[in-house]
Amino acid sequence: MLRLLSFALLLATWWIAAAVAGSTKLPLPSAVLAAAITEAQSGALFLHLGATLARVTLAFTLSMALGSALGYLMGRSRLANRLGDPWLILLLNLPALVVIVLAYIWAGLTEVAAIAAIAINKLPTAVVTLREGARALDPSLDEMAKVFAFPRGRILRHVLLPQLAPYIAAAARSGLSLVWKIVLVAELLGRPNGIGFEIGVAFQLFDIPLLLAYSLSFAAVVLVIEAAIVQPFEQRASRWRLRAA
Amino acid sequence: MRLEIDIRSKSYTSANGKRQEVISGIAFALQRGEVGVVVGPSGCGKSTMLRILAGLDADYQGQVSRPEGARLAMVFQEPRLLPWRSVEENIRLAAPDVAEDRLAAIFGVLELEGHRSHFPGELSLGLARRVALARAFAVEPDFLILDEPLASLDDALAARLREEIAMLVASRPMITLLVTHSMDDAVRLGDRIFLLSPRPARLLHTMPIDVPRAQRSNDTVAAIKADLARLDFSVS
Repeated sequence: MLRLLSFALLLATWWIAAAVAGSTKLPLPSAVLAAAITEAQSGALFLHLGATLARVTLAFTLSMALGSALGYLMGRSRLANRLGDPWLILLLNLPALVVIVLAYIWAGLTEVAAIAAIAINKLPTAVVTLREGARALDPSLDEMAKVFAFPRGRILRHVLLPQLAPYIAAAARSGLSLVWKIVLVAELLGRPNGIGFEIGVAFQLFDIPLLLAYSLSFAAVVLVIEAAIVQPFEQRASRWRLRAA
Repeated sequence: MRLEIDIRSKSYTSANGKRQEVISGIAFALQRGEVGVVVGPSGCGKSTMLRILAGLDADYQGQVSRPEGARLAMVFQEPRLLPWRSVEENIRLAAPDVAEDRLAAIFGVLELEGHRSHFPGELSLGLARRVALARAFAVEPDFLILDEPLASLDDALAARLREEIAMLVASRPMITLLVTHSMDDAVRLGDRIFLLSPRPARLLHTMPIDVPRAQRSNDTVAAIKADLARLDFSVS
């Protein structure tokens, strides 16, 4: 209820701002909605949304899987941490644009290059978060598992993952927003479809309603993913806590 | 089946870089069906010794021969339950093969029946300790280690849990090693008592108790305690 109210307030602010600024700079919400409906009816909206979502899914999965494994290793092993740390700092501070441009130069304007570039951008933050998670693992529970001879799979599922779950959720949440930002740049620079590509087109035509229609459609998808997948996962992972933070 | 321990020396480097000796000579052996009790002043290295016996610490001088293929169970000083799993899941994870009637019996003895689906965070310390005991017994171990399982519990509860431990120990033949600083627990539960010196720990004296556990009256316990007090003044 409170969320709806907050959303209505945003919409009202937009409406007033549009009325004041004039529709060439900021179109009315109704104009944006009309543009979105036209794009949806032609099927283009779903095509581009689908293309971008597919890239986000692939790059996100890749970087989360690799980042979690590397982060865990670096949190548990001093040697791995020493070896990996310079690379991690380099990657963390490397601008997204550099990675994307270099990937396109080296691997051509291909899907693989785009997805790899997005994944590499997200990878270091996942590593850093999971490394903290691995460092915070409770050694007394490791000992318990060892004494009672838990097999590896049982340790992973019942001892490690529940402790890492908040870190994985945090990495997923911040990672998703990062991927969503970077995927558009990658699409703008070197892909013939996707939301980023369409936004590039709208920019060249100065078609602000089209630009906003695509941006907001994707923002809506991100919100749905957040509410339908990320938040329930967090809640399930922390249900054993008497009072969730 | 036999447990042989001969730890000649165990030391570690403390945070300020100094080498500290924790154990300077503990050797004894336990047979199947025997309850050994290790008593010593707090901080003398008892828990370090248990960690070596449990295979959690391999950095020591000496030898420990654990019975081949023996199933180990341990009750740590803290309950060490998985907070994100229910009481029953905690036990089943450690003892996946436990039969339902056996589990029900253990729950019955320890009065945990009503707490099966609770999470450890919802339990009091006394209850959590009982769950840790239940877990150790559900494993049906050949070698059971109990590290001060009754510490910081009120006397009445400690006495009841002690009875329950005695009952469970009697229910199957295994090697049991109990660490405690309560002479009362030691005399009521043990077949043999090992007295340790202050740090670095050394085995000072071994005292066998010949009266069967079930027949130890309050008078017998008091007499044995008096004997022990004459042996060693450093143990309270």
